[in-house]
Amino acid sequence: MSKVGQQLYLSSSPHIHSGETTVKVMRAVLYSLVPACAVAVYFFGLSALLVLLLATVGCLATEAVCQRLMGQPVTIADGSAAITGVLLALNLPPTSPWWLTLLGAVIAIVIGKQVYGGLGSNPFNPALVARVVLLISFPVQMTTWSAPAPLGSGLDLVTTATPLGAWKNAVMLTGQAPVELQGGLTQYFLGNMPGCIGEVSALALLLGAAYLLYRRILTWHIPAAFVGSVVLLSGLFWLVNPAKYPSPVFHLLTGGLVLGAFYMATDMVTTPVSTRGMLVFGAGCGLLTVLIRLFGGYPEGVSFAILLMNAATPLIDRYLRPRTFGVQAGKG
Amino acid sequence: MCAAHDRLTEMKLKTFAGGIHPPDNKQWSAHKAIEDCPLPAELIVPLAQHIGAPAVPCVAVGQQVFKGQEIGSAKGFVSVPVHAPTSGEVVAVENRPHPWGTSLPAIVIRADGEDCWSPELEPADPGELSPEEIVEKVRQAGVVGMGGAAFPAHVKMSPPPEKQIHTLIFNGVECEPYLTADHRMMLEEPERILQGVALLQFVLGVERVVIGIEANKPDAIALLTEMCAGTPVEVIPLEVKYPQGAEKQLIAAVAGREVPSGGLPMDIGVAVHNVSTAAAISDAILDGRPLIERICTVTGPAIREPKNLRIRIGTLLSHLVDACGGLAEEPGKIVLGGPMMGFTQLGFDVPATRGTSGLLLLRHEDVPLHPEGPCIRCARCVQACPMNLLPTTIGAYARRDLISEAAEYRALDCIECGSCGYVCPAAIPLVQAIRYGKAAILAKKRKA
Repeated sequence: MSKVGQQLYLSSSPHIHSGETTVKVMRAVLYSLVPACAVAVYFFGLSALLVLLLATVGCLATEAVCQRLMGQPVTIADGSAAITGVLLALNLPPTSPWWLTLLGAVIAIVIGKQVYGGLGSNPFNPALVARVVLLISFPVQMTTWSAPAPLGSGLDLVTTATPLGAWKNAVMLTGQAPVELQGGLTQYFLGNMPGCIGEVSALALLLGAAYLLYRRILTWHIPAAFVGSVVLLSGLFWLVNPAKYPSPVFHLLTGGLVLGAFYMATDMVTTPVSTRGMLVFGAGCGLLTVLIRLFGGYPEGVSFAILLMNAATPLIDRYLRPRTFGVQAGKG
Repeated sequence: MCAAHDRLTEMKLKTFAGGIHPPDNKQWSAHKAIEDCPLPAELIVPLAQHIGAPAVPCVAVGQQVFKGQEIGSAKGFVSVPVHAPTSGEVVAVENRPHPWGTSLPAIVIRADGEDCWSPELEPADPGELSPEEIVEKVRQAGVVGMGGAAFPAHVKMSPPPEKQIHTLIFNGVECEPYLTADHRMMLEEPERILQGVALLQFVLGVERVVIGIEANKPDAIALLTEMCAGTPVEVIPLEVKYPQGAEKQLIAAVAGREVPSGGLPMDIGVAVHNVSTAAAISDAILDGRPLIERICTVTGPAIREPKNLRIRIGTLLSHLVDACGGLAEEPGKIVLGGPMMGFTQLGFDVPATRGTSGLLLLRHEDVPLHPEGPCIRCARCVQACPMNLLPTTIGAYARRDLISEAAEYRALDCIECGSCGYVCPAAIPLVQAIRYGKAAILAKKRKA
């Protein structure tokens, strides 16, 4: 008779697990942001590094304080607050004063996340909540852009306008697109343009996103639908009046589109869970982004678009449930 | 075999939508030929081994029985008799620990060592039997689905006349990790399977017969394909993905059709039997022998020598462990069946039943014990669900006792394959919560 000495686990199936954990998922997202952070530091120097550090430490500290105050276990080691911090920094101008960055961190964690119950419960992307609050409250600091001054170039940071801002100004003043926008599409792609810390290099962001796709943390649905709808809609306007409206490629490479489509709009907590829902979510983000960019008061609309679609997520989840196996379409 | 394997990897294999890819861990036992497990001194034959009404005892304590003699009679249509797994004396008819986690009526037989078949059991010539006679013999032989669910086979063989079966699918998928019993059966005893296939084909009068096998068993695919050449039986290799062997998913892969929600395969003209069930049906007809033994994979990191054993129904698990060289390590979990859908046991003092496809022994360090965290809505469970459900939503409703909401999100369509729980990075017991929800929905329906 085989004897069983120690404790035996009794449970209902399954008895094995993939080994994937929330911490591993969060860590992978952080790794994927390394190239974008590195490029930002290269183009904007120590000031970008300072914003990154302040935002991350600020988010971690705020989360710890919140959880301590509420008598909950402190879970800052799960990586989610760190991600919010890094993403917030990537959504701030490189010249953000220290108090602005810290205030953003507090807003992101307190108003964006903890008031709803912490990880998994927040309806809006916490980093974007903070960015938009700051943008509305401190428009000057939030729209003071500096031209990139690559490390070792000896250049000082010089105040200038983002490509999208320059276009909007020109259209408002003359009704026409500016004759020549600073830089060019290749420079935009590499990140050599003014903008938020993380908005500048599409290349670095795509590298990180490729890693997340490979790790299956990201699925293609939201980014593809987002980018696709931006290309379609902006392409339509551009074909009708290329003298006024910028090309789809310009839309893709400038502003926060790549950052938004691959990182902000793909935040798992605040986006739909079904495949069809994700496609609708992404398409809605793209649609709103183009409309705000072309006709809104702000030159950039990515953040607003994503937050609006975050608000629509419960509705999307409710009405776009996957068709259950064995159930005919339209019957449940 | 390598060439066969290369061909399989190049082909676009059939499968279903969703599912997961757990490590299959079949290497422990896949190459081990089937071994006869030594006959234990005592066999404990539970009267409830199948879905449906348990059998009622028809022998008394002290009575001598032959191997294969009926010792428990079927009660009702969805029920089957049980038989003595060897010759000997009935020493007890009483409640004994049962793999379902409680004590249930069983007949205890002390083996006389003669292992002498009942003289009443006679081979039959299938050519002289009508379909009805074959179904009746299968029922008398106590044949149940051998894949694990143990649903009486004769019920599936006698669909109501309005449900014409046109496709007969044999399940050689064995998608549960670790298990290799069906694999070895296909390799070593394909004649038994194919005889059963032919019998079922005759009984149901079907046009299309398919054997579905996961592509991780290229040797079995090659062998059966060769043996089926020139017959109407088609061997279809399937993508290696769990739960490929679940009935609905297998039908979707092979026939491209979905069993309607709440319905049965026969509603779309399909019948599915496990390959091992086919072998048991062949034994029942051609040899006249009832189902008293089966192949069981004894495996896992805590067993010294993993094996595929031919075991008598009623053999205690402790005997199976001894037959495999004993324990290599203190087990942390004893699982009957596979790791995705098997049942944990309190100890080794329960008998193997007709549904015992495997005995899996995990060590303490193999038991996943991540603390549960909040759902981050990563949607992995949604992508994994082979039924296209929203496990995170149903699970959350069930845990809050929001039963009608869980029902509205179609909890009853869940096949409890466990894919959602397997992938969840927050270690939320999703399928467990859904199981609870399903039970609550059914209880509510009964009350209403």
